[in-house]
Amino acid sequence: MIKIEKLHKSYPIGKDSLHVLKGLDLHIKEGEFVSIMGSSGSGKSTLLNIVGLLDTHDEGNYYLNGQKIQNLDEKKAAILRNKFLGFVFQSFNLITYKTAVENVSLPLYYQGMGRKERQQIALHYLEKVGLKDRANHLPSELSGGEKQRVAVARALATKPKVILADEPTGALDSKTSAAVMEMLKDINREGMTVFVITHEEDIAEQTDRIVRLKDGVIISDEKVNKSVNV
Amino acid sequence: MFDLDRWQEIFQTLSKNKLRTALSGFTIAFAILLFTLLFGVGNGLKHTFEKQFASGAVNSVYIYGGRTTKPYKGLQSGRSIQYRNDDEKFINEKFEKEIQFFSPNIQRSMQVIYKGEQNRYTVRGVYPDYQPLESSVIQDGRFLTYLDIERRAKVVAIGRLVEIDLFGSLSALGKNLNIEGISYKVVGVFNDPGGDNDERYIYAPFSTIQGMYKPNDELDYFGLTFNPEMDVDQAVAFGNLLTTLLKEKHSVDPRDQGAIRVRNNAEGTKNVQQFMLVLNIIILFIGIGTLVAGIIGISNIMVYIVKERTKELGIRKALGATPKSIVGMIMLESIFVTAIAGYSGLMIGVFTLRALGDTLEKYFILNPSVETYVVVGATIVLIIAGTIAGYIPAKRAARIKPIVALNDE
Repeated sequence: MIKIEKLHKSYPIGKDSLHVLKGLDLHIKEGEFVSIMGSSGSGKSTLLNIVGLLDTHDEGNYYLNGQKIQNLDEKKAAILRNKFLGFVFQSFNLITYKTAVENVSLPLYYQGMGRKERQQIALHYLEKVGLKDRANHLPSELSGGEKQRVAVARALATKPKVILADEPTGALDSKTSAAVMEMLKDINREGMTVFVITHEEDIAEQTDRIVRLKDGVIISDEKVNKSVNV
Repeated sequence: MFDLDRWQEIFQTLSKNKLRTALSGFTIAFAILLFTLLFGVGNGLKHTFEKQFASGAVNSVYIYGGRTTKPYKGLQSGRSIQYRNDDEKFINEKFEKEIQFFSPNIQRSMQVIYKGEQNRYTVRGVYPDYQPLESSVIQDGRFLTYLDIERRAKVVAIGRLVEIDLFGSLSALGKNLNIEGISYKVVGVFNDPGGDNDERYIYAPFSTIQGMYKPNDELDYFGLTFNPEMDVDQAVAFGNLLTTLLKEKHSVDPRDQGAIRVRNNAEGTKNVQQFMLVLNIIILFIGIGTLVAGIIGISNIMVYIVKERTKELGIRKALGATPKSIVGMIMLESIFVTAIAGYSGLMIGVFTLRALGDTLEKYFILNPSVETYVVVGATIVLIIAGTIAGYIPAKRAARIKPIVALNDE
């Protein structure tokens, strides 16, 4: 599903440039539940942005769903994002003046879907995250956990291949964190590839595979022994 | 083309961000309102001036005689200049091309009686050419003809108010008036845009009046209109040449200002035209200034709006919005707000001007109003400005990488 070969990325800082990713190789198959672990500055967010087509890489190859990603213009990137990727952000990134159901249906709007159908699908996914009764509330009327669940519903609405979650529990207390992680597990069980970025060990341990990143290189890539958790 | 979803999206954005919408709308409405009022008041001033100079034909010239103030060629000062029929011939021959209508004139105040009613009126003995000179319009019957002149007919054309004074609600046409004991038949009634005074004249054939009241071919003054194809400068030059030639003919010192007096409307017209030009430039300048201020206002607000929405636009892009859809959304919003607000400002302005009407006549502002094309033009300019004002920041917003926009707090 996601295949990365010798990926490099650096950011210009004044005259110098900061080499953030130094030749990553990573292969994530369809249906995997992977977490990227690393402290801040390890390059994990940069990796997610490149995987999420929110940013471009400098060198190396990136294949998404078998398609080589290079020289994408904004329009193609937008279409691929809409079709294959669902995002869950640490800061939720809901549109403040839209209700929960309107937020969830927004990616469907960009697919060109009709209003009624959008509404139906959005309600279906809100129900799935247990927020059907909050459908007409604005984000400001929802708790942090509820906001993140709306964001998850929004990510799911287009039935993407991959869910990309950037510190999905970073702004939540441990109880709601657990609920959100439980939701991501459910999604994964249904066959969707889930890609989580975190710096919290206990979050990473709930996934099936942990990739550890330090200073732009992968230092370990191991399967989690499920029996330990049970 | 019409995409209901897109418009719903726009209406939602606008209605959920009322303050923002109201602020940008107000700027535009206010700019157009000021523009409309300014142009209206300017036009009001213009109307006043046009009215002041409306009486008589705009290209008319009157030639009066007077007394000399300087001795010349052995002749004493204080000599009175008397025009005669040969002056008419002289002027006609010298200025055949320049003159359009031409008439000598004898003018007297006379007692006019019809049955029980009587009053004093100015009676003018003129040629048929005098009618266009005064811009009078026949409403009943006819004006004088050259046949009347030839026959020394005892006929008159009377002003609308003379008919009302003497005949009340009856028609004067075909009735006989007693003017200083002599009976004249009314052949026509005219009205005159120049006002009440001009509608209390009585016109009789020049030959009839001259024969009765003026010995030796004498006459009082000349009225003529110059060829309207001449421009103002040519007309002024024509008037000056006419004055010089008449002074020569009557042996008047060229520097004598009193004896031959030529009142040329072209000179007044020239002054008025210059005044109007300056007025127009001032109005245009301030009007354009107002519009520019409005345009800058919209641009500022649009830049601010896009800046404020950077994060929202980033979210939309992450969810699959193409750059085109972002630019389209912002521009449609901008155009929509500008058009609605501009139109409201325009309507408020037009109705205010209409309500003012002639109440400001004291201040020389008569019927302040704006030509539709000016205001429609201004609104279109503002809409275009709104489009550009929306386009530049929208384009920039669409170029921002979603990741940068998302990190924007």
